[in-house]
Amino acid sequence: MFYREAGQFKSTYAADQQLFPIRQDRIAMALLLALAFVGVPLASITPGIEGVIDFNYWYNGVIIPFLIFSLAALGLNILTGYAGQLSLGTGAFMAVGAFAAYNLMLRVPRMPILAAFVLAGVIAAAVGLVFGLPSLRIKGFYLAVATLAAQFFVVWALTKFGWFSNDSSSGVIAAQKIVIAGYAFDTPVKRYLLVLAIVAVMALAAKNLARSAIGRAWMAVRDMDVAAEVIGIPMMKAKLLAFAISSFYCGVAGALFAFAYLGNVEPQAFDLDLSFRILFMIIIGGVGSVLGSFLGAAFIVVLPILLDIAATGFERAAGIAVPAGLVSNLTLILFGALIVFFLAVEPLGLARLWQVAKEKLRLWPFPH
Amino acid sequence: MQFFLEVLIGGLLAGVMYSLVALGFVLIYKASGVFNFAQGSMVFFAALTVVGFAEMGVPFWAAVALALAAMAALAFFTERVVLRPLVNQPQIALFMATIGLSFLVEGTAQLVWGAQVHALDLGVADEPIEWILDKAGMSISKFDLMASGIAAALVAVLAVFFNKTRTGRALRAVADDHQAALAVGVSLQRIWVIVWMVAGFVALVTGLLWGARNGVQFSLTFLALKALPVLILGGFESIAGAIVGGLIVGASEKLAEVYVGPYVGGGIESWFPYVLALLFLLVRPEGLFGEKIIDRV
Amino acid sequence: MFRHFGRPVAALLGAAILAAAPWARAQSEQFIPMNGYWVGPYAAGGSGVFGGYIDYINMVNAKGGINGVKLTYEKCETEYNNARGVECYERSKKKGPTGASLVMPLSTGITYSLIDKGTEDHVPIVSIGYGRTDAADGRVFPWVFPLITTYWSQATAMLKFIGMKEGGGTEKLKGKKIVLVYHDSAYGKEPIPVLESQAKRFGYELHTIAVAHPGNEQQAQWLQVRQIRPDWVILWGWGVMNPTALKAAARIGFPRNKIVAVWWSGAEEDAIPAGDAAKGYYAAAFNVSGSNYPVVKEIEKTVYAKGKGEMEDRSRIGSIYYNRGVVFGIVATEAIRTAQAKYGKGKPMTGDQIRWGLEHLNIDEKRLKELGATNFMQPLKVSCSDHEGGGAVRFLQWDGKKWNTVTDWIAADRDVVRPMIEESAAKYAKEKGITPRDCSKEG
Repeated sequence: MFYREAGQFKSTYAADQQLFPIRQDRIAMALLLALAFVGVPLASITPGIEGVIDFNYWYNGVIIPFLIFSLAALGLNILTGYAGQLSLGTGAFMAVGAFAAYNLMLRVPRMPILAAFVLAGVIAAAVGLVFGLPSLRIKGFYLAVATLAAQFFVVWALTKFGWFSNDSSSGVIAAQKIVIAGYAFDTPVKRYLLVLAIVAVMALAAKNLARSAIGRAWMAVRDMDVAAEVIGIPMMKAKLLAFAISSFYCGVAGALFAFAYLGNVEPQAFDLDLSFRILFMIIIGGVGSVLGSFLGAAFIVVLPILLDIAATGFERAAGIAVPAGLVSNLTLILFGALIVFFLAVEPLGLARLWQVAKEKLRLWPFPH
Repeated sequence: MQFFLEVLIGGLLAGVMYSLVALGFVLIYKASGVFNFAQGSMVFFAALTVVGFAEMGVPFWAAVALALAAMAALAFFTERVVLRPLVNQPQIALFMATIGLSFLVEGTAQLVWGAQVHALDLGVADEPIEWILDKAGMSISKFDLMASGIAAALVAVLAVFFNKTRTGRALRAVADDHQAALAVGVSLQRIWVIVWMVAGFVALVTGLLWGARNGVQFSLTFLALKALPVLILGGFESIAGAIVGGLIVGASEKLAEVYVGPYVGGGIESWFPYVLALLFLLVRPEGLFGEKIIDRV
Repeated sequence: MFRHFGRPVAALLGAAILAAAPWARAQSEQFIPMNGYWVGPYAAGGSGVFGGYIDYINMVNAKGGINGVKLTYEKCETEYNNARGVECYERSKKKGPTGASLVMPLSTGITYSLIDKGTEDHVPIVSIGYGRTDAADGRVFPWVFPLITTYWSQATAMLKFIGMKEGGGTEKLKGKKIVLVYHDSAYGKEPIPVLESQAKRFGYELHTIAVAHPGNEQQAQWLQVRQIRPDWVILWGWGVMNPTALKAAARIGFPRNKIVAVWWSGAEEDAIPAGDAAKGYYAAAFNVSGSNYPVVKEIEKTVYAKGKGEMEDRSRIGSIYYNRGVVFGIVATEAIRTAQAKYGKGKPMTGDQIRWGLEHLNIDEKRLKELGATNFMQPLKVSCSDHEGGGAVRFLQWDGKKWNTVTDWIAADRDVVRPMIEESAAKYAKEKGITPRDCSKEG
């Protein structure tokens, strides 16, 4: 009833091609952003709220990592979802971003931190470009080998060569404090706002990119590369740009991972396991969808936490002592079962579920 | 020279062990086009089941039989719950479903058998054969030789199964073309159960051999990592490719670690196989035994 | 679609929000988070250590708590994963009337991630036998406690042990060849600077050989060892790397009683899978194995005899990991006790107060005897500047069935280790812009 576009007429091409062509979507998006940027922070500084909801926990433990992982998933989705190039090296590109940002802050005097993040992304993009070169010749699952090589090589190099970690005996970097124009981002709510701003801007940029000429070229390459080449899409440019831009996103995500989330990071934090987790996010969330990156990150990052919290809460409420490990194992089993279940319901990912729901909503309450 | 030979032979024997892991992946990929992420978990589950029963006092062979039964049950479960709802869905969804399956299997294995590590003794010591050590000064492990023998036997059995039996031929038909196979009356569901059972059997053998080598513990699931470069080099669909790929990866990574490693600080085993596979694929993008794909618009 | 999922999802969310909300403030309770791991590749270690830790806490409770203050705890599964570890920390830090007393992450990676957070939130991060070595400089790291002994201390003690086995002291190391076989990670690289600097001092020849994670194939590494023909191998492994190393050593015929390992390679779980190949192998330890100590007997009497207890497999009580957990429990409860002695007996302590307690922790032989832990662990005296305390290790030898203690406590070479710690900590302070505390002004 409320969600239908009847009566919304487009009189220009620009209006027809805007990011959110339906007015209700625009309003919903604006509301969501307002809630995230204003509502949540305001709620968290309301006096007396600590007794009800521990916002600092949700910021530090759940929301900030969720946003950062969403950004990384978005980066991977650009490469794998839009351009169709499978990558198992997301962790490596994130590591490059984190270590580059650290070294820029350390070695360049008076480096502004936002510039360091951007440059870290650029450096990650350069590394991504190098490991993307084989994509010009190798296709499909075989291409995964190039990004796997990146994954193992980068982590190995960061561990092996002390320069990257300023000769720290253990190879761990200690991310510098985030200070922008004299303003220190030192509390969870400030860090949340910073991360949110970066992620929101980059997500909108990605959505915009997907409908641009290059985005359409990527999708053509993904759907059938020979056909794309035949109709004159520059294969080399499209593929390499996908690698560069994707790695840029991952690099920025990696820098945030180190600076806004963990603080002290070792190269092993960016292992193959992380790359796989981010791949899981885009598959379960929806390949080739910006929204899917967020939903997938929520599923992989937040769901196990909720399950664990619910399990311990249940354990406490029931007042029974269960054998050690039982809860952990059951949670793992349940998580696995949920993955299978959601795939059986919607193999194209959670984003597709959302789309289906929207279509249903358009017809509601008179579906026939 | 003697040292070189020693490294080479050791590497080839290790390569056979990698091939074994890769074999499980190849079987399932061939028949259902699924990259089975859960293969490592299946290896772990199978070996843990054998050891778990054996430690309860069940005779070893009975324990192996029980583990086989468990793997068969897993195959039925997988077909019913994971594969059947996802028929005709994109490969990547099936891949993700096997990830869910791997969590299920890992959780169940630890729930049933606990998190403890176990030793497994197959009766052949992992020690150098003395007369080779005396004559040639090289240490070649008895256990590795036995493992290679078992792997060879396994490949032979699989080859006979695929080429000589009715079911095996049906499996190949499915691998070639799902729809054509269906059209001539091959039951896809039956084939999938069988192929997952065979993969479960391979996982059991792999788990026993690797478990005897390094102990039966959760890290058996990491073996999938060792199989990745082998698969990429040898192709996902070729049993011969898995064997040859394993040998190449095993030998080259050992030689690289020993001869190149010291100059760059060592530990290059982690990435060297991938770089090797990458260089190889640049020359031959379809892999060692993969079929050349001709693109048509 | 959402009709089907809406309700369970909402219920799950609701339960989660409620469960994560701060607790009702009960008086005279002290909350200790148990952020460990019971699934995954390292579950054998995690379940053992946290089993001992939780059992010890329950034993203290069964005997009336700490001056009447009951200890509460809650488990949180970290899966040995940084992100999950941080989440568990954030979830646990506000629980109980005074928040988390102290956090023991039992993972070097998670410890690194918590250094800044613990400092910000005033929660002591205690990493016993792992974590960041230079955090032993309490002037730079007021909230981080790598207690009892660090990797660098251990490396010097290992050299003393090798000298001892060579029939004398460290002077016997001259001209010897030592190979370090290490896990190629932040953790594995820790001893290299110490071993290198000592090589110059004692005149031994050091070779380092890296093993890529996870280390389930080490043929190339051990063939290199065979090529070098060292007198001793120092093994710095983790998880499956340990039994694999022992098997590979057996395969090239390297004598196992010439291998001395770090304590994370020296549990039953590391030796058992290697079977006979592990026989004769030495490992360092800051706690011994065996259930024949009064403290372990007491746990069996007060906890297990009542049908409670964390270990399903009772035979694991008294294992290296389990006893290590008991040591964790002793350190945690003694720190709270010390804090109570200053800030008021019978009251729950805050993070700040427990930090004071940790910095004034003094577990001497007399106290160890009272705790029933004589020879079980070493005496421990912590101070504002020294967040390590003990520094000594004992060496154990595997006889094919169990670990036997073969040496007394061997003290670390503090003259060597301390300046290195201070230098490294100073560098960290400079990078992070931290002004080290002046310990002479601390109470």
